[in-house]
Amino acid sequence: MKILVCISHVPDTTSKIQFTSDGKSLDTTGIQFVINPYDEFALTRALWFKEKEGGSVTVVNVGKANTEPTLRKALAIGADDAIRIDAEPTDGFAVASELISLIATEKYDLVIMGRESIDYNGTQVPGMVAALLDWPFVNACVGMEVEGGVATCIREIDGGKETVKASLPMIVAGQKGLVEEKDLRIPNMRGIMTARTKPLKVIPSISNEVATEAIKFERPAGKQACKMVSSDDVKALVDLLHNEAKAI
Amino acid sequence: MATDQFQSPDYYLMDELLSEEHKLVRDTTRNWVKKEVSPIIEDYAQKAEFPKQLVKGLAEVGAFGPYIPTEYGGAGLDQISYGLMMQEIERGDSGVRSTCSVQSSLVMYPIYAYGNEEQRMRFLPKLASGEFLGSFGLTEPNFGSNPGGMITHFKDMGDHYLLNGAKMWISNAPFCDVAVVWAKSEEGRIHGLIVERGMEGFTTPETHNKWSLRASATGELVFDNVKVPKENLLPNKSGLGAPLGCLDSARYGIAWGAIGAAMDCYDTALRYSKERIQFDRPIGGFQLQQKKLAEMITEITKAQLLTFRLGQLKNEGRASTAQISMAKRNNVDMALTICRDARQMLGGMGITGEYPIMRHMMNLESVVTYEGTHDIHLLITGMDVTGLNAFK
Repeated sequence: MKILVCISHVPDTTSKIQFTSDGKSLDTTGIQFVINPYDEFALTRALWFKEKEGGSVTVVNVGKANTEPTLRKALAIGADDAIRIDAEPTDGFAVASELISLIATEKYDLVIMGRESIDYNGTQVPGMVAALLDWPFVNACVGMEVEGGVATCIREIDGGKETVKASLPMIVAGQKGLVEEKDLRIPNMRGIMTARTKPLKVIPSISNEVATEAIKFERPAGKQACKMVSSDDVKALVDLLHNEAKAI
Repeated sequence: MATDQFQSPDYYLMDELLSEEHKLVRDTTRNWVKKEVSPIIEDYAQKAEFPKQLVKGLAEVGAFGPYIPTEYGGAGLDQISYGLMMQEIERGDSGVRSTCSVQSSLVMYPIYAYGNEEQRMRFLPKLASGEFLGSFGLTEPNFGSNPGGMITHFKDMGDHYLLNGAKMWISNAPFCDVAVVWAKSEEGRIHGLIVERGMEGFTTPETHNKWSLRASATGELVFDNVKVPKENLLPNKSGLGAPLGCLDSARYGIAWGAIGAAMDCYDTALRYSKERIQFDRPIGGFQLQQKKLAEMITEITKAQLLTFRLGQLKNEGRASTAQISMAKRNNVDMALTICRDARQMLGGMGITGEYPIMRHMMNLESVVTYEGTHDIHLLITGMDVTGLNAFK
């Protein structure tokens, strides 16, 4: 099975998020970037497929040169080769547009990615890629097996689970459950050494389509100081709720 | 123990000096330590038990012989990568780092550097995979800082060597599968011999009641007429310089490791100082606490720069014994001072096993003594700058 795993390069969850002074982009100073955790579940599941049935696992990222360490990490974990599509991932549509031509040319059997990236949480790319390619799509996938070119996938739905079948090639948007956290792999030193010589191909951007543009980012307003009201002063409480909080 | 919240201090943006591969090595080791060491280490230290289950993971992550070439099972990494791994492992615990230092620098290194091809192929892959654990026998009950005076000796019996003597304060001794033992020939020349578990007359009694490196096993190596096959003698180097060459490599790793222990204590104290309220404000707002924190981060930053440069020299094969001594001495002392200050900042909480500080502090009491004491390293620097020997 020829598998493609789409990897997003995102700030580590413990990072302190700041924006540039014009408020238009993320200030990346001092931020450590990691493989998007949802994509890590996808990568691990892809490696399991490869180890069981053979085939290959390619990782791809749409981004500039600064994302290459993240791809190298995916290679150190076990992917066979990596591709970076040299474009700024401005929005979900831009990323999806870059990915479809690669997927169509390389004829992957299965494309797995996280259901969303933890930076902008757009949740757009998997669905858009599937729609643009007109391929079957399973979202929020928490388990999958493939037999004879047909995938059986379990997906999380409101209050339960749904089992669906689809023929390959297809797009899967995964999350925890596809594999568990304990299954995630830490690369070892040999993997890191091997990653040095695994191919990381850079291909030029093929699409300049931008559908949306970020105008401004803001951090949530800080918490207000807590106002204490004496327990026997109901009138003051009602007054505050009515006039200040405008809740009643 | 609570979740490991460690955040690495990098005041002078040292990360910019590291390659992407270095950072991947460091972060991988850090993640492994957070996942495997931090949750269990306090319990094992309290029980004075070596967490044997970590051996497999240490081997898998590549902590045994990171700089040994891949054809012998090592990872073939550079010296800065090795240092960063030791830093991260000691951030977890000095005892676990000691196991890696011994395995890599004191067992695998001499077999690689002073052994023949047959010995390398026979032992190195098994040591790298953790199937074998090794120990290093140099120190004796009456010969610590003066190893050249050792009594352990061997006699050529024609088809084998007959080894007699005893070594003391040996990390990993109680369960080692092989020991690289330094002993004098009949001519009084020091040679390295590979002694294997199961050889008749070879015993390894454990040293009990340690207040330090409690999660690491220490013991003796006792040789009572042990018949060592001739093919187990390391042929390519002899004399005191041979074991001292191994110590250079191990001390280099210790210089990095001590930074790990210091960073953990600083990070713990910094976080605590922002959360602990006294006199209605976080104690981090008081001048005396700030003085401690400011001095800690200054010393850590200096040690990071010192060690990074030493790593560059080591990569180029230019790091001298005296330069390595300086880094080992400075960094371990720096780490001990930071542990003690951090312990004070945490007050009574710093005494308990809820926080890693007291464990690090007690561990470092061994680290400041083993692999050349604090005082001996000073004399090495003294001799290097004056050209005059103050040892004897």
